[in-house]
Amino acid sequence: LYERNSLSDIISKTAKEIFIPLTVGGGIRNIRDIKNVLRAGADKVAINTAAIKNPKFIKDASLTFGSSTIVVAIEAIKQSDGQYLAYTDNGREETGFEVVSWARRVEELGAGEIVITSVDKEGTGEGFDLKLVKMVAEAVCIPVIAHGGCSGPKDAAMIINEGWADAVAVSSVLHYKLISQINKVDENFEVEGNTSFMKSGMIYSKIKPCTIQEIKSEIKNTGIAVRF
Amino acid sequence: MSKKTVIIDYQLGNLFSVNQALKKNGLETIISSDPKDIKNADALVLPGVGAFSDAMNNLKGLGLIDLLKHSIDKGTPFLGVCLGLQMLFDKSEEFGDCEGLGIIKGVVKKFPTVNNVNKRVKVPQIAWNSIHPSGGRSWKGTPLDGVKEGEDFYFVHSFYVEPQDVNTILTKTTYGDTSYASSIFISNIFACQFHPEKSSVEGLKVYKKWAEINNLL
Repeated sequence: LYERNSLSDIISKTAKEIFIPLTVGGGIRNIRDIKNVLRAGADKVAINTAAIKNPKFIKDASLTFGSSTIVVAIEAIKQSDGQYLAYTDNGREETGFEVVSWARRVEELGAGEIVITSVDKEGTGEGFDLKLVKMVAEAVCIPVIAHGGCSGPKDAAMIINEGWADAVAVSSVLHYKLISQINKVDENFEVEGNTSFMKSGMIYSKIKPCTIQEIKSEIKNTGIAVRF
Repeated sequence: MSKKTVIIDYQLGNLFSVNQALKKNGLETIISSDPKDIKNADALVLPGVGAFSDAMNNLKGLGLIDLLKHSIDKGTPFLGVCLGLQMLFDKSEEFGDCEGLGIIKGVVKKFPTVNNVNKRVKVPQIAWNSIHPSGGRSWKGTPLDGVKEGEDFYFVHSFYVEPQDVNTILTKTTYGDTSYASSIFISNIFACQFHPEKSSVEGLKVYKKWAEINNLL
């Protein structure tokens, strides 16, 4: 966010114990930044702001690290005329880039994956933005990950089957369950920001907390191959 | 004295996760691009991630190509992951033809983006996918000893290897309509397209077995 990096410590700690793919996004601006987060243990990087500021960066990065290392994150906000535009700096800065043409362009430039985030839906539990995800998934030949709005297992299965997403990214639905399970917020996180909301135990009413297993089961029930 | 496994640093690959996975299994590892370390290594690991041509250029720039070929030739246990598998071959189609190490006869090809009935196939393959014995070849005595047939491993790649000699192939995997070699095993060489270091518990088992059969623990 706003070109700050603060992740390398968290990446190293995570990568030491976690043996599944790890994508890191936030403040990646140049080839050196990518090298550093990969060195810290990430497998892929997600780039948004720097890609929009300098699309050629996607090309340089994919030539250097291979397409499959470069994920482009697109943060979409629906406009009053129904058009979706890409934003930077966590949905704060508008760019005038229309989402579908930008998605096609990043594919041409060598991106290996696209994470499409609906800024409007993210964190709300109102369900994925089906129209947005489908539009992007139809437009490109690289994997598309749907993000923003998942309220539970059924949403995840729906966006794969009807939105043609290749994968889903979820956080809130899992986190609220986890917070209720561990029942405390680590004091060390105070330095990262305000934790009073987490401590309060409050949940957005539309989010139905669940586990990864529950999401996988639901997706599998709809006939999609899922690893267990 | 404990055996030393050298993870070859060609300034590109994701060395960290491979290193963690090997250390987790009790191997003593160093990450190095120093020819001396590579020469004296008890085992060599060439990890993945990166572009084929850049990786080959970096190996060349570091003066490691002949050394690497020589070490593999004289029987040093070798583990290649992803690009570390692909680089063993004669050449790759990635970003124009590019010459590989030429240790295994064959080529590296790009996945087609449509299948036999003209349906779109997403490339790269970024997914968990299953591995199956090639031509009924047994996994006994290989790093996959103890892994269930059809087990899922994590794949991230746009290119796949096509060895001339099918007997080198240990496992096959299917993506779209392409059935391809997802790992090879020839005496001291084990190399896989999937990422054991990213394949959770089953992946860690593969590294452990590799260490065991090469007496590296």
